[in-house]
Amino acid sequence: MSYAIALRCRKCGREYPLEPLNLCDFCFSPLEVSYDYKSIAKAVSREKIIEGPPSMWRYKDLLPVDGDVVDIGTGFTPLVKANNLGQELGLEKLYIKNDCLNPTYSFKDRVVSVAITKAREFGFDTVACASTGNLAASVAAHAAKANIKSYVFVPSDVEPGKLTGIAIYNPVLVTVEGSYDDVNRLCSQLAQRYNWGFININLRPYYAEGSKTLGYEVAEQLGWLAPDCVVAPAASGLLFTRIWKSLDELSMLGLIQPVNTHMYLTQAAGCSPIVNAFQAGILQVHPVKPNTIAKSIAVGNPADGYYALRVARQSGGGACAVTDEEVVEGMKLLAETEGIFAETAGGVVIAGLKKLVSSRLIKKSELTVAFITGAGLKTQEVIAQGVHPFVIQPNLESFEEVLGK
Amino acid sequence: MVKRRVKFTFPPELIKEPIIYKLGQQFEVVTNIRRADINGDKGWVVLELEGKGEDIERGIVWVTGKGVRVDPAIGDIVEG
Repeated sequence: MSYAIALRCRKCGREYPLEPLNLCDFCFSPLEVSYDYKSIAKAVSREKIIEGPPSMWRYKDLLPVDGDVVDIGTGFTPLVKANNLGQELGLEKLYIKNDCLNPTYSFKDRVVSVAITKAREFGFDTVACASTGNLAASVAAHAAKANIKSYVFVPSDVEPGKLTGIAIYNPVLVTVEGSYDDVNRLCSQLAQRYNWGFININLRPYYAEGSKTLGYEVAEQLGWLAPDCVVAPAASGLLFTRIWKSLDELSMLGLIQPVNTHMYLTQAAGCSPIVNAFQAGILQVHPVKPNTIAKSIAVGNPADGYYALRVARQSGGGACAVTDEEVVEGMKLLAETEGIFAETAGGVVIAGLKKLVSSRLIKKSELTVAFITGAGLKTQEVIAQGVHPFVIQPNLESFEEVLGK
Repeated sequence: MVKRRVKFTFPPELIKEPIIYKLGQQFEVVTNIRRADINGDKGWVVLELEGKGEDIERGIVWVTGKGVRVDPAIGDIVEG
């Protein structure tokens, strides 16, 4: 049995049983899993975790699942010491958490692995999600593994590469013709009508917990240490809040020292509602209409925006937005210095990191971890037009002539 | 009868208009406010709408036409 004890409203604190629910019945605020930390503290230790499987499930005691898990090999991705990029940006201790290397090439496998495990526990025979790509691929893959039927809904303008990466797992793949808002509206109605496990709706409190494993891994990989600074992308804001929660939990359980991590969130300027609120010094996150190449984090009305904003403020961190041109530059810089090909969300993180360092918010000697959450092959069209190889004939003369050797 | 949980975001020029009252009156939709934050600049209201499906749909179209942004109460459903 897990150590989860209830779902608790993040606003008014009301408690609910551990069921497929996502909103408080009273104030319609999001619900969060709460745990019996006293018992967890007795059960977990660094040694027990280290002896666990080399995957996100080494932290099972800190996740809300009861029995066998649906695992396609997710997690324990590399934490790379980024000396070249650090030198370029002027950071002495920069690390990249490379979460491109998950089974479906994004961090979504962490959240979906927990959500589908819960869907099976709750007895759902069908799961569903609405996505611009990464989430849909992960849901389809995990549903295939769990022998559960899956419906995935994507906007009709989704990148062709992403569509293929979803279809291969053979879900019921539905492209919706309409605006982003139309897709949103339709899917919220579908979730009400059908008794499905909707991954990021009625399973959302469980789904959210999977993100914590990113933070656990970083602390363990650093030798049971929380970084001085975290730079992560924000879409709904959920990942950002859960990285913070994970560090806080490890500290509470005595597995790491008290946390003094500054949390910095990054968004694309074409969809930066949380950054806007941070910079305006307000607590309201006003929705925006997304218009950016960083589609995987283009969430105009972020469900956890308020909470992400609060984490950035309370941790003494910050928020910054970057243009689409800077996103592409960020992708190239990461690839050229560290050999890591990230998707556009990764470009947002690297470009944001560059800004944070040049504005001296992140200092040279601070141990900084940048989170790369998806692989570049998913969004290669944004850089494809800048690819200009040398063209030669199959002989030495041509090689030397064209390359000036 | 169906229920919909939605969030209305009002631009500054509509703050003074009794949009929610009119929605209830004109479309026979029961409005039940759960959370709200309004100031002179902008405001949002999270509420439940209860009524016939088609009345709620017509009401949302009318509210949207007035310039109010209507989202699911949970926030965006479509994720990356």
